[in-house]
Amino acid sequence: VIGSRREAILGRIVLIVVLIVTILPLLSMLSAALQPADRNPIGLTWPSDPQWINFVTAFEAGHVLELMKSSLVIVLIVVPASVLIATMAGYALGNLRVPGNRFILLAFVVGLTIPFESLIIPIYYQMQGLGLLNTPWSVGFALIGLFMPFSVAWMRAHFVGVPIELSEAARVDGATVWQEFRRVQLPLAGPAISALSILLFLWTWNQFILPVVLIQDPLDRTVAGALTFFQGQYYASIPLLNAGALIIITPAIIVFLIFQRQFIRALLQGAVKG
Amino acid sequence: MSARNRGVAGSTPTPGGVTGGSPVTSAVAPRRVARKATRRGPLAGWLMLAPAVAAYGFFVIYPFALGAQYSFYDWNGVGASTWVGFQNYLRVFTDAEMLGSIRNAFVLIIFFTVIPVSVGLVLATLIRNIRAGVFSTVSQTILFLPQIIPLAAAGIAWSWMYAQTGTVNQILSAIGLGDFTRPWLAEYGFALPAVGLIGSWVLTGLCTVLLLTGIGKIDPSLYEAIRLDGAGWFREFVTITIPGLRQQIAILVTLTVIAALSSFDIIYTSTRGGPGRETLVPGLSIFRIGFTQSDVGLASAFGIVLMVLVLLVVVPLQRLSRESK
Repeated sequence: VIGSRREAILGRIVLIVVLIVTILPLLSMLSAALQPADRNPIGLTWPSDPQWINFVTAFEAGHVLELMKSSLVIVLIVVPASVLIATMAGYALGNLRVPGNRFILLAFVVGLTIPFESLIIPIYYQMQGLGLLNTPWSVGFALIGLFMPFSVAWMRAHFVGVPIELSEAARVDGATVWQEFRRVQLPLAGPAISALSILLFLWTWNQFILPVVLIQDPLDRTVAGALTFFQGQYYASIPLLNAGALIIITPAIIVFLIFQRQFIRALLQGAVKG
Repeated sequence: MSARNRGVAGSTPTPGGVTGGSPVTSAVAPRRVARKATRRGPLAGWLMLAPAVAAYGFFVIYPFALGAQYSFYDWNGVGASTWVGFQNYLRVFTDAEMLGSIRNAFVLIIFFTVIPVSVGLVLATLIRNIRAGVFSTVSQTILFLPQIIPLAAAGIAWSWMYAQTGTVNQILSAIGLGDFTRPWLAEYGFALPAVGLIGSWVLTGLCTVLLLTGIGKIDPSLYEAIRLDGAGWFREFVTITIPGLRQQIAILVTLTVIAALSSFDIIYTSTRGGPGRETLVPGLSIFRIGFTQSDVGLASAFGIVLMVLVLLVVVPLQRLSRESK
């Protein structure tokens, strides 16, 4: 008992150290963002005269509203389409036992390991050929394809877990495949679908390499992709760069804090199933 | 929880859940009918698979084939192209810069995989009995923050942490190690570990929380038994914790190794591969060769090599986790 007591105290100490290290970079950003914009800031200090105006400057000069809008457009292209397509495919692979399903599943699973950088060169020329470069569609379409292995694997894992009696019963009742999918399976897939939507939203919002490569104008990129624009714009002012970066990451953090449990559950399951 | 339930209820109102006696499940039907009804053609299934296969085929398989084709040509992206056979691949494996970037990617595994998984294991073991409460909820939230912010932003945050007047040097000076202060990302010998630690920062929280949920599923009586046996913490760790977490460890190792070998965002916003080629990684190298130097064939070949490299490392890992199950 004494051993486990000592262990518990040691555990708390280590945990607190890890927590401090985790939060430190974010506090550092805040500290830098509040120091005078025209001077080189100093580490972690609470400035005597916090320059909240830096956030206003960065918000306006950084075209943050415009950026959020273009991010949102890309999210709206990617998330609903991916979820719909993957749900149907996951149902077909997990429940219908289509001939050739093993081969198709294997093809998707191999896709889980593909680094985006490996395909970035051909994707660029593909989008150029389609005339989609510099439009949100280029990033949107590419992401739908690149996220498909994960999305399908995710939805399949859900449908495999649904008791088979349920679909047998629906079939006995004379439901067509489509009716069974719409009326029986889809309503039960709600939690899996919302978790997938959360993950895809987050990964699209934070997507970096594709928008950087496929969209020339940083203001048309995702917010994460636009961070390079901030770096270019504010290379001379660390306070403004940090203020801008903080503004960029705040919406995702707010959404995270609201839907915390769903996020954490989705990310943990995402790791396991991915 | 509430939002989750709302989402389910909101999609389509249907009576009954998976376990609840829904009208369809309660219909007891003769087996023969069921079998007959199940024999539906494969057409519907194929139709439902078609959009996913098309999306995957058109935006993953097709670019892959295109990249494979480019990799055998010398092409600057606009002009005529010449067939060069395997020469691009030969260059990938003989060029010091590209080989260096591959080496760096493997060094990053120490920081992306070994450190986060080890810290996660130690921490999860120590706090496995932590009671659910405000403290544990807040801890979980904080541990997940690095997962929420873009990696590119993590790169920006940490370039400021590591700057000459940044927080890292400030702390070093405060504890009397002022002699060790330096612009961490700009110095040879320090830049790569410094960048690697950004990856540790991003991944440690995820590893800890996943391992903690895994450790919660290990039967507590196993721990009691081995304690009564007089075993120390080390034997307990090796004989109960590690085997019990095998699956989670395999998953985390796979995930973080892929993250290490295909890192890009953090490096792009913190060091851009510098100083010199100290922190150059394959992803950044492909980006530069393809778009800055316009050597499309070479960049494509490197892309294929990177893909194969990841598969070569990841596939054996899967076999390990399966055998142990």
